[in-house]
Amino acid sequence: MVVWTDQERAYIQDIFSKLNYEEAGPKALQRTLIVYPWTQRYFTSFGNLYNAEAIMSNSKVAAHGVVVLHGLDRAMKNMDDIKKTYAELSVLHSEKLHVDPDNFRLLADCLTIVIAATMGTSFTADVQAAWQKFLAVVVSALCRQYH
Amino acid sequence: MSLSDKDKAAVKALWAKISPKADDIGAEALGRMLTVYPQTKTYFAHWADLSPGSGPVKKHGKVIMGAVGDAVSKIDDLVGGLASLSELHASKLRVDPANFKILAHNVIVVIGMLFPGDFPPEVHMSVDKFFQNLALALSEKYR
Repeated sequence: MVVWTDQERAYIQDIFSKLNYEEAGPKALQRTLIVYPWTQRYFTSFGNLYNAEAIMSNSKVAAHGVVVLHGLDRAMKNMDDIKKTYAELSVLHSEKLHVDPDNFRLLADCLTIVIAATMGTSFTADVQAAWQKFLAVVVSALCRQYH
Repeated sequence: MSLSDKDKAAVKALWAKISPKADDIGAEALGRMLTVYPQTKTYFAHWADLSPGSGPVKKHGKVIMGAVGDAVSKIDDLVGGLASLSELHASKLRVDPANFKILAHNVIVVIGMLFPGDFPPEVHMSVDKFFQNLALALSEKYR
């Protein structure tokens, strides 16, 4: 079971309270699709992803970025049992979407950079540590139902 | 994933902007690496103080970014240009190459934090590729 210190909980709640889901979600997904272009393989139904400009202006990408952030919000609201909260999502990503779990880490890293850019120096090393721990737990929960 | 001319140009342009703050970036990135990935502290057990902002961390952050700047100037032949650094890492330091990725991630986080306007996704991609190639050159002599 994951043990969270009060400080870690506070840092994570604080990040989410300051986060604009409609901005950060799209930015993180766009960045992932541009920096790691092989991730585009999962979004062939999204239309034009041909270059960075197309990705940045693609409304389906933006909409999906928001969906991802709301998914993370659920994990934040259930921090003491993310495993259980994400059980169905894990099955979905494995059985239906067939996403290579390494991609979760790539998206997580891009989201971290988006948040760092938004928060600036208030994204201290300790805050980053708590945030990345949270994302690692989320990724682990998403991987659980893969077989 | 070798570096295109566009990648090299992007890396050089970004370096020109950020190099005045290279020492700070190095210290910040190293401090973050040690905090966020505590397993990396195993390589620095001989330091008196491993906390972010400490003397040894600042000093070594400067060394690392100096080497990154050198790599930028040798971007057309990283393997050749970093041969002696690779030798050092292979025979003396023996840092597990997985850690190069970890440090690169933290440098990128700090760049994104301090220069958000200069780090759009396309530039991020070129920089990510650069660090990947740098890591490869650094591990060239390992086996």
